[in-house]
Amino acid sequence: MTLEIITPDKIVYSGQVSLVQVPGTSGSFEILNNHAPIISTLEKGQIRIVEQESQKEYLFSIEKGFVELNNNKIVVLLESAGALE
Amino acid sequence: MANLKEIRQRMSSVRSTRQVTSAMKMVSAAKLRKAQDTVLRIRPYAKKIGELIANLMNATAQDEINSPLTKSNAAAPVLVVAINSNRGLCGGFNANIHKRSMQVIDELKAQGKEVRVLAIGKKAYDFLRVRVANVEENNNLYSSLDFDHVNAVADSIITRFVAGDFSKVILVYNKFKSTASQEVTTEDFLPIASIECDQKASNDNYIFEPSQEEIIGQLLPLSRKIQFYQALLNSFAAEHGSRMTAMHKATDNATELLRTLNLQYNKARQAAITNEITEIVGGANALKS
Repeated sequence: MTLEIITPDKIVYSGQVSLVQVPGTSGSFEILNNHAPIISTLEKGQIRIVEQESQKEYLFSIEKGFVELNNNKIVVLLESAGALE
Repeated sequence: MANLKEIRQRMSSVRSTRQVTSAMKMVSAAKLRKAQDTVLRIRPYAKKIGELIANLMNATAQDEINSPLTKSNAAAPVLVVAINSNRGLCGGFNANIHKRSMQVIDELKAQGKEVRVLAIGKKAYDFLRVRVANVEENNNLYSSLDFDHVNAVADSIITRFVAGDFSKVILVYNKFKSTASQEVTTEDFLPIASIECDQKASNDNYIFEPSQEEIIGQLLPLSRKIQFYQALLNSFAAEHGSRMTAMHKATDNATELLRTLNLQYNKARQAAITNEITEIVGGANALKS
C-alpha cells in the first residue's frame, strides 16, 4: 500500500509500506494491507512505518493530525512532524 | 547647456541608484524563488485537505454539520484582514491592497456594519490607521514565515470568531499568479458558508474514528488555518515578484537616463572645446592684423 505523510511545509514521507501504526484519538492502531476505509484523527505520539521493499522501520513524532485510508492508499495530514531514529 | 560638472555629478548619482535598484532586484529574485517553492509545496496539502473534507461531507448530510465555524454572531463587527508588506519599493503591491481594503470597508460600512481591521504588514497599518478606527497590527510575521507562526495568528482569529467577536472575517491579499502579475483577492475566511463538494468522493463506507463530528470539528479549523497560511505565502511571493519587476523597471530607466546624460555630457564637452578653439583662433587673428 502507498503512504504519504504531508505537512504544510513539506512531504515528509512518500512510498510503499507494508505496515503503518498511528496514534489514533481513540487508541493507537495498525494498518495492514486491505484495511477497511477509515478516517481518523490523530493525537500527539509516534507513527511507526515498515517499508515494503527494505522492511526497514521508521519512526516519526507527530502533533495533531489526520489519517485517511482508502483503497490501500494512506494519507497522513499533519501540522508538524519530526523524523526519529 | 548645463555645465559639465553638474552633469557629471548627476551621472554618478544615477549610477549609484542603478546599482542599488539592481541589487534589490537580485535579492528579490532569490527570495522569490524560495517563496514560490513554499507556495507550491503547500498545494498538495491543501488539495488533500479538500479531498478529505469532500469525502467526509459526502458521508454527512449538509445540515448535520454542526461546527462553531459555520455559525456567526450577526450583531458583531466584521473583521477585514489586510495583508501586504512591511516594506515599500514594490510597485503597486501595497497600494492595490490599500485601495481594495478601503473599497471593502466602505461597502461594509454602507451596509451599516461595524468594521474592525487587522493589518498584517507595516504598510497596511500605516495606511489604514489614519483612515479607519479599530485597526490592529501584526507585522512580525514576515521575519519567519512558517506554519507555526502563522498558525498562532490564525488561531487567535478563529478563537475570537468562535467567541462571537466577529460576524465575518474577510481576507484581502495579493495572490501570486506569476512573477510579473499579482491578483488582488478578496476572500471570505469565516464563517464557512457551504462546504464545496465538487470532488467526487471515491468511497462512502468510511469508518470514522472517534466520530464524524469530532473529525469535522478538527478538520474545519485546520482547513481555515491552511487557507490563511496559503494567503500569506501567496502574498509573500507576490511581494517579491512585484518588487523584482519594479526594480527591474527602475534599473532599466536608470540605464536609459544614464545614456541621455552621457550624450548631454559629450555635447557639452564638445561645445566647450569648440568654444575654446574659436577663442584661440580669434585671439591669434587679432594679433596678426
